[in-house]
Amino acid sequence: MDIFLQQVLNGLTLGGIYSLVALGLTLVYGILHVPNFAHGAFYMVGAFASFLLMDKLGLNYWLAMLGSAVAVAALAAVAERLVFHPLRHASGLHPMIAAIGLLLFLEAGAQALWGADFQRMSTPYTGIIEMGGVTAPVQRLLIIGAAFTLMLMLHLFLTRTVMGSTIIAMAQNREGASLVGIDANRVAMLTFAVSGVLAAVAATLYAPINLVYPAMGHLVITKAFVIIILGGMGSVPGAIVGGLIIGFAESFGAFYISTDYKDIIAFMALVVILSFRPQGIFKQGAH
Amino acid sequence: MARLHGPLGWALLLAAGLLFPLLARNDYHLTVMSTAYIFALATLGLNLIVGYTGQFNLAHAGFMAIGAYTLGILTVDHQVPFWWAFLAAGAVTALVGWPLGWISLRLKGHYFSIFTMCVGYIIFLVIEKWESLTHGTVGVIGIPAPSGIAGVVSFDTPLSLYYLVFFFLVVGVWAMRRIANSLLGRTFVAIRNGDELAEALGINLMRNKLTAFLISVVYAGWAGALYAGFVRFLGPDLAAVHHTFDMTMYMLVGGLGTLIGPLLGAISVPWITQYLQFLQEYRFIIFGPLLILLVIYMPHGIVGSWLAWRARQASLAAPHNQEQPRA
Repeated sequence: MDIFLQQVLNGLTLGGIYSLVALGLTLVYGILHVPNFAHGAFYMVGAFASFLLMDKLGLNYWLAMLGSAVAVAALAAVAERLVFHPLRHASGLHPMIAAIGLLLFLEAGAQALWGADFQRMSTPYTGIIEMGGVTAPVQRLLIIGAAFTLMLMLHLFLTRTVMGSTIIAMAQNREGASLVGIDANRVAMLTFAVSGVLAAVAATLYAPINLVYPAMGHLVITKAFVIIILGGMGSVPGAIVGGLIIGFAESFGAFYISTDYKDIIAFMALVVILSFRPQGIFKQGAH
Repeated sequence: MARLHGPLGWALLLAAGLLFPLLARNDYHLTVMSTAYIFALATLGLNLIVGYTGQFNLAHAGFMAIGAYTLGILTVDHQVPFWWAFLAAGAVTALVGWPLGWISLRLKGHYFSIFTMCVGYIIFLVIEKWESLTHGTVGVIGIPAPSGIAGVVSFDTPLSLYYLVFFFLVVGVWAMRRIANSLLGRTFVAIRNGDELAEALGINLMRNKLTAFLISVVYAGWAGALYAGFVRFLGPDLAAVHHTFDMTMYMLVGGLGTLIGPLLGAISVPWITQYLQFLQEYRFIIFGPLLILLVIYMPHGIVGSWLAWRARQASLAAPHNQEQPRA
């Protein structure tokens, strides 16, 4: 039973991180219909920004997270302006290739600036809490708490503020949104900035129990893509539920099947599910 | 200039390829060129599914790795003669590609690309983790060089290897030209231009897309097998998605959906990289933005833009001439 609860805890940790990354991806897809392959690079830049702010400037963990969120939000907004905005009328293939170009640029840039070595991010929360036989590292509890708080804040932002509603409106109907006076350019930049914030926070939360290096975004972003396909591209609840499903599948799979193959589990799940339901689990009808 | 289209242009390219070893000052240049040819062969395959058929397959490097590993494992662990293993490499790639293509081609557009990216990742992870079969991260070491044919030719010098690889590239280009100009090739283009319209014309979407996919992965498989015989060492890294990204760049620089474009891209970009040697590790600091600029300002690549310019000139000169230029 204890072992079971331990896996639940791990599943929630992974699921929380995956959901945050997938949320950014799905929001951008909802607005621009571009699978943003560079999102994993935003995640990586977020981790490096926090790491450097803590390491070089000696900021505390939360201030570093805030700084990194601002930096990545700016980076994402600039990327929208320079890369995706000129391609908004292009066919499906070209924005994808542009996103790949951005990804390659950011990764090579990170490697040139900060080296290819693995860095370890320190965290002030190194303690371990014992609860009814379950040992929980504080950082993991922090990840779960922060991730779900952020999801709640995102939900409130999207549903209760005018700014957030413009994002929803754009995702629902581009022309309709323009007709009622919503500035499409501003919303696109705003959406990218929000996705950047989510990626940076997820990276800063997860980095202390993982490592920081230029290729750290690869696996996370690939899984985030699995998640948004499962949840339906552009769907916010789908991204959260999908993230949790993959998080749990991985933590239980690693324990009950094989640690070596745990990274494959998410992809196998996708292959199996899409073989039976090409439109994803939560999406109605064909796309 | 117009005469460069058609047989004369191809003959010139063929001559250039045959004479290149006279220009190359050392074996290193031959090696660079041979490697470029191998990736050009794989890029030709990728261009069939992306450029002609319009399905952005991100697992291409994975299929290249499957071909390479088939050859490596068969020759090193099972002492199969090189050319039998080479045939098997194409067959295995097709056999693996069949079910994967069937599942992934049910998805359209972005879904297909993301799905194949995941398939590529699965291939990479399986190669890395299945140590009893693939030697895991250690890689396959000591792959034999291609064996000579009937004692007449042997492939143990860089020069003979160069001609061997060149031979396969020529065959690959010739076959691709036949495909592209056939009804099958036009069917693929029809699917790219609008799959609903193509379906309305009576084209069986699934069957044709699967055909394109299979031809494309067999190109990748054989390119991978050549790579294995040429480099004689294999690691899981060959399956990594960044090799697919490299090939995408070659394709895009030259021109998507043209025959000559991907060829020129795949041969010229590695040479540019050679001259930017100091950048080797960081080449994408330049190539990343270049890729973005190309997509924004020159989406049809060098060859595509040139063809468009020529078509415009032709239509200005002779308004009644309806003939379409072909690459």
